[in-house]
Amino acid sequence: MDLFEYQARDLFEKHGVPVLAAAIATTADEAEAAATKIGGKVVVKAQVKVGGRGKAGGVKLAENPTDAREKAGAILGMDIKGHVVRTVMIAAAAPIESEYYLAILLDRSNRTFLVMASVSGGMDIEEVAHTAPEKLAKIPVSAVDGISAAKAKEIISAANFPADVADQVANVLVKLWEVFQSEDATLVEVNPLVKTKDGKVIALDGKVTLDDNADFRQPDHEALIDQATENPLEAAAKEKGLNYVKLEGEVGIIGNGAGLVMSTLDVVAYAGEKHGGVRPANFLDIGGGASAQVMADGLSIILGDKDVKSVFVNVFGGITACDAVATGIVQALELLGSKATKPIVVRLDGNNVMEGRAILNKAAHPLVQQLDTMDGAADRAAELAAK
Amino acid sequence: MSIFLNENTKVIVQGMTGSEGTKHTRRMLASGTKIVGGVTPGKGGQVVDIDGHQLPVFNTVAEAMSATGANASVVFVPPKFAKAAVIDAIDAAMPLVVVITEGIPVHDSASFYAYSLTKGTTRIVGPNCPGLISPGKSNIGIIPADITGAGPIGLVSKSGTLTYQMMYELRDIGFSTAVGIGGDPVIGTTHIDCLRAFQDDPDTQAIVMIGEIGGDAEERAAAFIAEYVTKPVVGYVAGFTAPEGKTMGHAGAIVSGSSGTAQGKKDALEAAGVKVGQTPSETARLLRAILGR
Repeated sequence: MDLFEYQARDLFEKHGVPVLAAAIATTADEAEAAATKIGGKVVVKAQVKVGGRGKAGGVKLAENPTDAREKAGAILGMDIKGHVVRTVMIAAAAPIESEYYLAILLDRSNRTFLVMASVSGGMDIEEVAHTAPEKLAKIPVSAVDGISAAKAKEIISAANFPADVADQVANVLVKLWEVFQSEDATLVEVNPLVKTKDGKVIALDGKVTLDDNADFRQPDHEALIDQATENPLEAAAKEKGLNYVKLEGEVGIIGNGAGLVMSTLDVVAYAGEKHGGVRPANFLDIGGGASAQVMADGLSIILGDKDVKSVFVNVFGGITACDAVATGIVQALELLGSKATKPIVVRLDGNNVMEGRAILNKAAHPLVQQLDTMDGAADRAAELAAK
Repeated sequence: MSIFLNENTKVIVQGMTGSEGTKHTRRMLASGTKIVGGVTPGKGGQVVDIDGHQLPVFNTVAEAMSATGANASVVFVPPKFAKAAVIDAIDAAMPLVVVITEGIPVHDSASFYAYSLTKGTTRIVGPNCPGLISPGKSNIGIIPADITGAGPIGLVSKSGTLTYQMMYELRDIGFSTAVGIGGDPVIGTTHIDCLRAFQDDPDTQAIVMIGEIGGDAEERAAAFIAEYVTKPVVGYVAGFTAPEGKTMGHAGAIVSGSSGTAQGKKDALEAAGVKVGQTPSETARLLRAILGR
């Protein structure tokens, strides 16, 4: 899960990373009140999970609370690259002398953690990495050892931080590691980390990505979910414990196993090219079990998607044999009754496939048709969606 | 021959007394795997009867190894306890540790992987994987044993069900070893490790490599193939239709910006001379053409 800037800021503050006073507002009134409380000049910042908000006019300096009210009024409701601004952060303004960059992230390629640090902060770091790679220090961090004070010093020297901020930046690094580790983050980025005119080092903007697999030991993270922008079908699926991603197409997909489902989406998209460009409507992995209830939950989520014109159930019977899956489909359709309204193409293969197909043939549900191969079934489902 | 395991591999099951552990211990025994015991901290000293096999339970992997001579372990413990279980196995210098558990926090897997490197005595397969099988010899994990038999194909895949699908498509030919390396961002054994082992395995004549979106493991594998692998390799990549920034089931299956795309992986593999199928069936046909079957 990616966090909003204000959520990242709060996590920084919780772990002792120096940040500026700030508050969030969802109305112009709240923005004025927040600016009054903070006092002096403030910055009004759109809270969106997308880059480039400054250029889009989503960050404005305000001279006083009345000005903050006006600026917030203009920014709230703004559309930034398809993201509607629902919240602004009102933060104290700081006189900036220098801008730096710091990030701790998971380095998948090398299966370790990595610190990236640069004294050329404030701009797009991918741009820096591309045009002036020598200005971006990359230092591996062992998942066992983490970032000690000594490791922080090594990083600071590798990135050529000036001596007058070295101790403060080292302290920020150690604290950022604490955020990274104790919050189960896969990315903690500060851009810019600034030195103010009075010589203080402060995290001015932050980006944090949290590992969903760690939710079981991070009970506080549930409150960070942005329910306003969560797709309602995705939220409903999550509640049922289903692994579902809404897409833009017309063919509803159910399968078992993440890889097979991804492959199913691709095969449907290829088949769809011959049928007016129909595309998969979703990703839904019902996992290895595929009980009647899980199948019913999955089908009802997909049939609740108004874009869906046909459904493709693609199951390979591995641990769960095809006869059990077929029984699940039949029972699911009984559970759904008249709510099941779209044609359903089923492809079963693998363990006990003949028994499975026989069960579906015997049930002879008017919406269900079977095909023997994945490619053939994808073609049929795409054809039905195109009609 | 086979890679990483053979008919003499002696396996202990970490988490054998749990429901998943028991279920899959039964299945592994039925497929001929030499299961010699289990590990559940706090339950040491018990003996569990699974389909007539009297299997001793130990508190630690070290105790299990010294009592049974086990040289492989398979981990079925829940995410919360998985790190401790894997560290226990690494501390005992267990040569092969296959981590089936899905949903382990990446800080934990990065940590036990880093720890395994400092010790240098343990190969980890997974986590979030179906394990590995050499049909007719040994089966460590949850891959259905009855899909196909022994044969000349080596298979390495991030995905469990695509492994099964591919084994099924090519069931009349058979496999030397099929390895499900797992769909997490940090895994212990990579495509490259398996490609190297298959290249060096005299019984493997051709290799199927299955990848999916996320990370750059396939691109790295492509570079390795160009440099080291002389046996024919066919490939398949899943996730062409995956949108940017969404996790597709597997924790590691995510396109970030312009990196980790299926197209990028396919292009890299093809540039290395690997024939890449557009669907699993087409991939199977490409392999048949190479083997002339």
